[in-house]
Amino acid sequence: MAVSVASPLPVSSHRKLLIKLLAVVALAFAFGFALVPLYDVFCLATGLNGKTAGAKAASVGIGGLSQPVTATASRIDANRIITVEFTGTVMPGLPWEMEALTTSLDLHPGELHQARFRVHNLSEKPIVGQAVPSVSPGLAAQHFEKLDCFCFAQQPLAPGETKELPLTFVVKPEIDSDIRTITLAYAFFIVADSTSTAKAPAAWRWF
Amino acid sequence: MNTSTVSNAAAVHDHAHDHAPTGVMRWLTSTNHKDIGTLYLWFSLFMFFFAGALAMLIRAELFQPGLQLFQPTVFNQLTTMHGLIMIFGAIMPSLVGFANWQVPLMIGAPDMAFPRLNNWSFWLLPAAGVLLISTFFVPGGAIAGGWTMYPPLFMQGGIAYDMSILAVHILGVSSIMGAINIIVTILNMRAPGMTLMKMPMFVWTWLITAFLLVAVMPVLACAITMLLTDRNFGTHFFDASGGGDPVMFQHVFWFFGHPEVYIMILPAFGIVSTIIPTFARKPLFGYVSMVYAVASIAFLSFIVWAHHMFTTGMPLGGQLFFMYTTMLIAIPTGIKVFNWVATLWRGSISFETPMLFSLAFVFLFTIGGFSGLVLALVPVDIQLQDTYYVVAHFHYVLFSGSAMAIMGGVYYWLPKWTGHMYDEKLGKVHFWLTAIAFNITFFPMHFLGLAGMPRRIPDYALQFAEFNMIASLGGFLLGASQLLFLYVVIKCVRGGIAAGNQPWDGADTLEWTQTSPPPYHSFVTPPLVK
Repeated sequence: MAVSVASPLPVSSHRKLLIKLLAVVALAFAFGFALVPLYDVFCLATGLNGKTAGAKAASVGIGGLSQPVTATASRIDANRIITVEFTGTVMPGLPWEMEALTTSLDLHPGELHQARFRVHNLSEKPIVGQAVPSVSPGLAAQHFEKLDCFCFAQQPLAPGETKELPLTFVVKPEIDSDIRTITLAYAFFIVADSTSTAKAPAAWRWF
Repeated sequence: MNTSTVSNAAAVHDHAHDHAPTGVMRWLTSTNHKDIGTLYLWFSLFMFFFAGALAMLIRAELFQPGLQLFQPTVFNQLTTMHGLIMIFGAIMPSLVGFANWQVPLMIGAPDMAFPRLNNWSFWLLPAAGVLLISTFFVPGGAIAGGWTMYPPLFMQGGIAYDMSILAVHILGVSSIMGAINIIVTILNMRAPGMTLMKMPMFVWTWLITAFLLVAVMPVLACAITMLLTDRNFGTHFFDASGGGDPVMFQHVFWFFGHPEVYIMILPAFGIVSTIIPTFARKPLFGYVSMVYAVASIAFLSFIVWAHHMFTTGMPLGGQLFFMYTTMLIAIPTGIKVFNWVATLWRGSISFETPMLFSLAFVFLFTIGGFSGLVLALVPVDIQLQDTYYVVAHFHYVLFSGSAMAIMGGVYYWLPKWTGHMYDEKLGKVHFWLTAIAFNITFFPMHFLGLAGMPRRIPDYALQFAEFNMIASLGGFLLGASQLLFLYVVIKCVRGGIAAGNQPWDGADTLEWTQTSPPPYHSFVTPPLVK
């Protein structure tokens, strides 16, 4: 029932505008995806999303101590006390329990400290997990140096096994003076394709 | 529907060559902007009642502390679906319905630029609506992660999550097509002599809103596409186990989400800017500054998104930037409020129902704007994040803002759309019930939020009991009052005193030069605007 009526502008000008607007839509859609690498680069440059420097070492796959401990521990700022809190969560799909045995530490920047976590495999299968750290406030991340961390490597647990996991770290003295409390949170993820439990969450989520 | 028969009859007279189908096929295949506008408005009214019913269930659960009616999962489904359906199913489609009816009539165009696209834009909505509502009946129930769809919660749910993402995709496509149609119509089809700065304010607000839609709906589509592939195809955009970052979703989402807030309020500004001059019998004060204010609000909406995320851990510089840009929005918004008040000054004001709704809008929306300023302050926001203060704030801008402006607009244009006057007495009763019940429902939520009651929780500590009971009683009254609205609208559609071409003596836009209801094909010969 399209009634052809006298419109002030010919239909061809509709089409031109339509094409321009569709281009805007396409650009906006592409922009949304472009935000992903932009975000990563931005976070890498500023350290805003709480990814610690140690996490980069993890991607190289180094497990143990790689540098002399005394080198970083030499400058201790005894005038400042920083509280470091520890917490751990197990993400859905990983039938483990995790607990921070060291819940918080008061320390001077530059001191070498160790914190311990305990993980327990609740299932009857061997499962490999991987911990991902996150530091908040995010700006503290670049000055939170992990010398040895269980998060550098994948952690296999036998059925029912309980394991203590250590973390050795230094809070560097260069850390911003207005930071008094740092929280280090670990999230344990199941390592894909190690077991058949990847699709398990669908069931327990609702019950 | 009486409208249809009347306007069909008119169409037959005007265009004997026009073989319009009748019955259901008329509505399914219609490319007429008035038919499609009507469909949009009925659809959004249905969704308004559906999502409103969910709100009644929420208030019933919160009537007393403790879990009475629903398990927490079900409660979360109710809040999530209430928000999602109200935004995408009720407010947005109703505003597009207004645009369909009013934009061609107000600019003297015969129809929308792309009538078939218009038909498709509408008929995608019921499909999306059915898909969304049907999630209540799938295993695991409907989505329960909040309307903002944040991962990781949104990556863990069942099939309902995928269905809802698909439904939001469809709604987004519909919005984008509708927006493109509106832009082309406004830019290309204005009557001769109607320059951009002579356009009615409602048309201006919709033009800017349509540009916002075109710019940000694809970004939402992008964010939920990434959710969908994270859920189903093993990507790791937001999945921390694969190196993704859930906070990034919030950035992408709110880059859409904040302009979305203005998408829902700018056309409401336009409606109010049309009604107030009519009943104050004065031209709109500061028309040019109104246009620039709307444009600045639209621009600023792109650079404030992270004020929704002050608690995600942000450097001081970022917090200050987003705090200041957010507070900057108060300036163009303040200009609009002052212009409305200045329009009223020394006007010959009469208080018909549309005017009552508009005046309540100015007053209550300003309260919502002020609580928005409070929330823009970083240290305050960190305290109030995810409390009932936020719930109170956005209901003041979305219900007493958008929804009450929409109701005012419905009363204002119903005589034009149907040819009958609505029942003025019942309209006023509806207004006062709505305005009073709204404040009983939502004002106490400010106090609840300041006292620390978190949102999206089915149970609460005992000290919140009194205010919650007041809010629930107000909520039930508010819900029941809307049945009166439905009754008034149906009564008006079915008959009433003939409206005549110009029922409001102060109205001066082009639609009032047409008969009431306007002929099926109006402005076949473009009017000349001086």
